[in-house]
Amino acid sequence: MSARESVLVPVWQRLKSWEGMLIVILAIVFLINSLIAPNYLTVGNQINLFILSIERIIVAVVMAFLIINGEIDLSAPSIMGLSACVTAFLFSQGVDFGTALLISMSIGLACGLFNGFWVAIVGLNSLVVTLSMLICYRGLARVFLEDRSIGKLPEWFNSLGQQKLLGPFPLALIIFFALLAFAVVVLHYSGFGRRVYVIGNNKDAARYSGVKVARVKMTLFIASGMVSALAGLLLAARLGAVRGDLASGFELDIVTMVLLGGVSIFGGSGSLYGVFLSIMIILNIRNGMSLANLSGHFQTGVIGLLLICSVLGPNLAGQVRASLNRRRRIRPLQGSQPNGPGLSQDTDQVLHASSSSE
Amino acid sequence: MNTLVRRFRPEQIRELFLVFLILVIVVFFSVQIEGYFNARFANRLSTSVVVVAILAVGQTLVFLTRNFDLSVGSIVGVTAYLVGQTLWHHPEIPPLGAVALAIGIGMLMGSINGLLVAYGRVPSIITTIATLAIYRSFLVEYSHAVPITTNNLPDWIVELPAGKLFAVGQVEFRVLFALLLLVVVVFQLVLNRLPFGRRLYAIGSNPDAARVAGFPAQRIVFTAFLLSGGLAGLAGFVFLSRFGNISVLAGVGLEFASIAAVVVGGVSNNGGSGTVFGAFLGALLIDLLENSLFRWQAISEFWRDAILGMLILLAVAIDHVVIGRLRIAWARAGLQMTTKEPDEQTEEVTHVG
Repeated sequence: MSARESVLVPVWQRLKSWEGMLIVILAIVFLINSLIAPNYLTVGNQINLFILSIERIIVAVVMAFLIINGEIDLSAPSIMGLSACVTAFLFSQGVDFGTALLISMSIGLACGLFNGFWVAIVGLNSLVVTLSMLICYRGLARVFLEDRSIGKLPEWFNSLGQQKLLGPFPLALIIFFALLAFAVVVLHYSGFGRRVYVIGNNKDAARYSGVKVARVKMTLFIASGMVSALAGLLLAARLGAVRGDLASGFELDIVTMVLLGGVSIFGGSGSLYGVFLSIMIILNIRNGMSLANLSGHFQTGVIGLLLICSVLGPNLAGQVRASLNRRRRIRPLQGSQPNGPGLSQDTDQVLHASSSSE
Repeated sequence: MNTLVRRFRPEQIRELFLVFLILVIVVFFSVQIEGYFNARFANRLSTSVVVVAILAVGQTLVFLTRNFDLSVGSIVGVTAYLVGQTLWHHPEIPPLGAVALAIGIGMLMGSINGLLVAYGRVPSIITTIATLAIYRSFLVEYSHAVPITTNNLPDWIVELPAGKLFAVGQVEFRVLFALLLLVVVVFQLVLNRLPFGRRLYAIGSNPDAARVAGFPAQRIVFTAFLLSGGLAGLAGFVFLSRFGNISVLAGVGLEFASIAAVVVGGVSNNGGSGTVFGAFLGALLIDLLENSLFRWQAISEFWRDAILGMLILLAVAIDHVVIGRLRIAWARAGLQMTTKEPDEQTEEVTHVG
């Protein structure tokens, strides 16, 4: 009983402290930004900072599911590019919007299905599959547009990206928050969400206890494909022009957002609240640094530094605490009688806690 | 069948399979393209494969310990730029000095990765995604967007890619390819013969057991990242000599190219299995495909990437199925042998690593 408690408590504390840490970081970022830039806290700027990377954060929500599940989808940005290129190509051939939307969504579906087939049914490693598909889907996008760029998208399609739909909120932002709310319910309050965690923790154990692993993984890859296709359309609408290399290089940004949110790359832990906080932090840092005229590469570097520090800080603190605890507990042991298994078990626990933070 | 299975280890079968695939590709394109496999093509291939193959060797070392090194693309860019700039301002530096400088710069960046992963206990994918961005932003800030151009470099480095040790007919054995072969052979020997190499496998196959057995796990992982950084620095030097013009975007995307090569080469990203020679073959296979598709008139050049991605996946999938079958057959044969001759058992077990 006591053993179970002492295993559960550190995990719970860690989760709690992770999101707590993110909130503190976010508060600091808010504070510094509002001191530097007077127009930072206006509603227009706050919405603008979301809009500037809305496609990435939409995909990041689904990516969180996949990484918690122990998989990864590096091909998402290529699916974005492919769906946008196909839609633009169809527009230029005079196809109406409904058909184009349908076709581009089914492309997302097909890409997700294809990824899912190799990962969930054949059993290949998702990193390998989606890495080669990152190249392949991008290549297909180039097949449609070659090296042209299509700029003459219909007027109303372009306005989808910027036009305010509901009060000050444009369509893409509403889609993001709707998706986030839906995702929170699915991941944290449904049986499907529990299965996602269980599979991420231990795939074999999940299979032996009757969880349909392949079906869950397939669902997630299809969802990732379709959401990426939608995000690709939103990106095309926002930029007003489509090229073959649309959205290339987003994969690392998206994975960074998820990992900074406290999702373990090995699967099985993390939450969407953390991911949302990390999205807020990254967007606000980027916005503040843009207002301070710092280049995009510099911003990415700072976010990389933050990513390392956010993991390194708690690790080092944990190591220091563990070694202090060990010293404090072992000292009374010397001289007095070895006090049965209870004491040594405790030190074991401390050792485990420190080694589990790897 | 039994003797055949006994003679080869799964890794060797995998390598033979890759060689077979490479031959199939060569035969296929020889039928499709007239005058496909000539001396010029062989020469071009032997130059173009070098950068990714050197990176793949370093990536293999890191993969064996169950880690990733995503930062190699930026290390290549930073090294190429810094070495290029040094040679620009000090053209008197001898070639070996430039190579040593490149490896040193690479090792410095690799050691940062290694410190964070091995001693800071930050997962390698997080560390190297972050350092990928950090090294790149360092390059952008440091260079002030001033590119290195071929005109600024001393002649010897620009002429190095065409330099040859000897030639058989028109097929040249070039210096850079010799460098690559040297790297492959040295690291294959290190993995097979030195305690360090065997420990890399041990840590990758079972980190807990390796720690319990008293291996200095942290130091070994650190060394793997250090070596990967050093090799990326060497690749940066090759990159500089091959392209000559270095912008702030030099080497972007090489991290994925090296991972693709390693994975096609049969190095497991769960650690503990794979060889340097396999990674070299993987890099060669991908480079051969890229170069061949480029020359294939039957398809437009825009289909190239789409087909390349699909073929990489197919290579991995076929490998997965074939090797899976062979591994079962091999295990069964091994089992039969161990029941008959208990002495063989220990030998077989050591082969698994």
